[in-house]
Amino acid sequence: MNIIEAVRSALQTQMRADPRVVVLGEDVGKFGGVFRATSGLYDEFGADRVIDTPLAEAGIIGTAIGMALYGLRPVPEIQFGDFIYPAFDQIVNELAKFRYRSGGQYPCPVVIRTPVGGGIRGGHYHSQSPEALFIHTPGLKVVAPSNPYDAKGLLLASMRQNDPVLFMEPKRIYRASKADVPDGEYTIELGKARITREGAQVTVVAWSGMVTIAEDAARLAGEAGISVEVIDLRTLLPFDIDALIASTVKTGRVVIVHEAPRTCGFGAELIASIQERAMAHLEAPILRVTGFDTPFPYSLEHEYLPNPVRVLAAIRQTLEW
Amino acid sequence: MARASIDSVGDGDGDDEALVGRVFQLVREDGTAVDEAALADVPRDLARRLFEGMVRIRVTDARMMALQRQGRSGFYGEAMGQEAAVVGSAAASEPQDWIVPALREAGVGLFRGMTLDSYLAQIFGNAADPSKGRQLPCHPCDRAHHYVVMSSCVSTQIPHAVGIAMAMKIAGDRGKVCFGFMGDGGTSEPDFHVALEFAGTSQAPCVLICQNNQWAISTPGHVQTAAASIALKGVGYGIEAIRADGNDVLAVYHAVKYAADKARRGDGPSFVELVTYRVSAHSSSDDPSRYRDESVTEIWRGTRDPIRRLETYLIGRGWLAAGERDAMAQALEAEVRDAIARQEATPPPALETLIDDVYEQPTWLLREQLAGLVAAPRARAPHQH
Repeated sequence: MNIIEAVRSALQTQMRADPRVVVLGEDVGKFGGVFRATSGLYDEFGADRVIDTPLAEAGIIGTAIGMALYGLRPVPEIQFGDFIYPAFDQIVNELAKFRYRSGGQYPCPVVIRTPVGGGIRGGHYHSQSPEALFIHTPGLKVVAPSNPYDAKGLLLASMRQNDPVLFMEPKRIYRASKADVPDGEYTIELGKARITREGAQVTVVAWSGMVTIAEDAARLAGEAGISVEVIDLRTLLPFDIDALIASTVKTGRVVIVHEAPRTCGFGAELIASIQERAMAHLEAPILRVTGFDTPFPYSLEHEYLPNPVRVLAAIRQTLEW
Repeated sequence: MARASIDSVGDGDGDDEALVGRVFQLVREDGTAVDEAALADVPRDLARRLFEGMVRIRVTDARMMALQRQGRSGFYGEAMGQEAAVVGSAAASEPQDWIVPALREAGVGLFRGMTLDSYLAQIFGNAADPSKGRQLPCHPCDRAHHYVVMSSCVSTQIPHAVGIAMAMKIAGDRGKVCFGFMGDGGTSEPDFHVALEFAGTSQAPCVLICQNNQWAISTPGHVQTAAASIALKGVGYGIEAIRADGNDVLAVYHAVKYAADKARRGDGPSFVELVTYRVSAHSSSDDPSRYRDESVTEIWRGTRDPIRRLETYLIGRGWLAAGERDAMAQALEAEVRDAIARQEATPPPALETLIDDVYEQPTWLLREQLAGLVAAPRARAPHQH
């Protein structure tokens, strides 16, 4: 199964298990979504549960909030993460705040699915990685799987808990990433990272589309005799501090990789959190390999995106410090 | 409920243009009946309940504004002059309906059974507040009566109202209606337009109600829109739109009931513009004399006052005795004073509640932050309202 198929399998599994689950968004019904993630759901569950909406993100999220207040379990799709901003107010000021501002009277279990990241020659508005904006929002959970198995397990877990989730899917590897994925039910607990490769000298932390980049860099490092541990964070909020600290204590060196621009990117928060707890174990400053503080470029996309060469250089730099 | 003389913009009968400027009314400013047949739908008991509901809001608001001026409570947003729009709408709802309010609809909640203590506890932000002191005053929440809590953002709640109605339809829960409220300024926000788009296409059972009080803080209606009326905005989205005299509580009740009955039958949404006037300031932080001609306000405070109009009508019918209003107001004020005494004496929420309800369970980040707060030296609380 690839990531698209894994997402679809999770949606289908949960829609069969729970009649309260509805999918809504632009082109998600008859067409099955521009990436085909909801393909077949309209035929199986009908127009009441797989809803083609007007082209208005604030309306998609705003009405999903209303549905959740009433007791449904909406799973809206925002067609590209780059188009989420018209709904930003609904997500940040409404969805994320409902439980708190009602004193717990109105939970708002909405799971927003959206494809993120570059590497598809999509330019400015089909490539962004806006996770930091949402991680900075109390009340949201932010999940960013990197492979089909995790995508299904994390999406099922997201739909089965009672807090709003922004579920960011790595579109560059939507189809390229393949794995054995069980047809049946399984969940992966939110807030738990996974060590995808064990190592002793340097920890590389990544998520979403950057995990394969980190693993490729780790392989190159291994060929050069450097032992690298790779952590796939999987859930960004709340992030797995225990896994980060355990690996930092083990290696003493950390490199963080993300596609989003550097300044105030999530890497900054991870660095702060690690150094607060493991300063004495650090052998070198924690380094970041990230996108740049520019809008996402079209022609120079390959230069903008972190790649194994840049990650390997950072690994070497932290060792040579 | 008889359709009576309601004639809608967008109902296809060819007289929309004439209707744009027309306002549905059942009782004139002098308390005389416009349409006796339609008024037959409002019996004595209901008319008196409407009256009491309006007086209750007037009395409560006056008392709470006084408290705010004395520094005993924080912000307050009153509904002075708009009580008919509030109570007439509330009376058209049924217990199973949902209410998605804006700033001036707390009276809808009170009319539907929200207790005065609960309302005041929210204003004091104390430990008895059902929403645990989380928001500015005048943002009550009452799940038992399907009264959803608002944010302070304008019109963000309208898509929620439509979504609730869509969920009612999806769930097959016939006979329920969701009421979504907004002000005239709110109809300029994108979320208003998005919500009407979704309401029209989904045909969800909602009644979207604009209290057009003609002022959005200092912004008058003609700066807000070039549309000939606010009701007209519904027409563009394929939604039946009604324009009613928001200071005529019986017209409000009749118009909103018509829209609610229609939604209840499964015949889709309506948009109701209630033309009224914000006699008060926008809130306790506002001073309207800086930007508007208050001699106009005095007309609305006087001859156009909605409580006075219904009082004249009721006395004319023999349904209210002269002087009865004063006795009613005194009794209601005593209730308010008693509730204030109880709620003002209730302590603020416990420190530990700071991290509750961000999520179903606090994350490790929140637990760690609270532990840090508790362990470290803390500043004394500033003056508590």
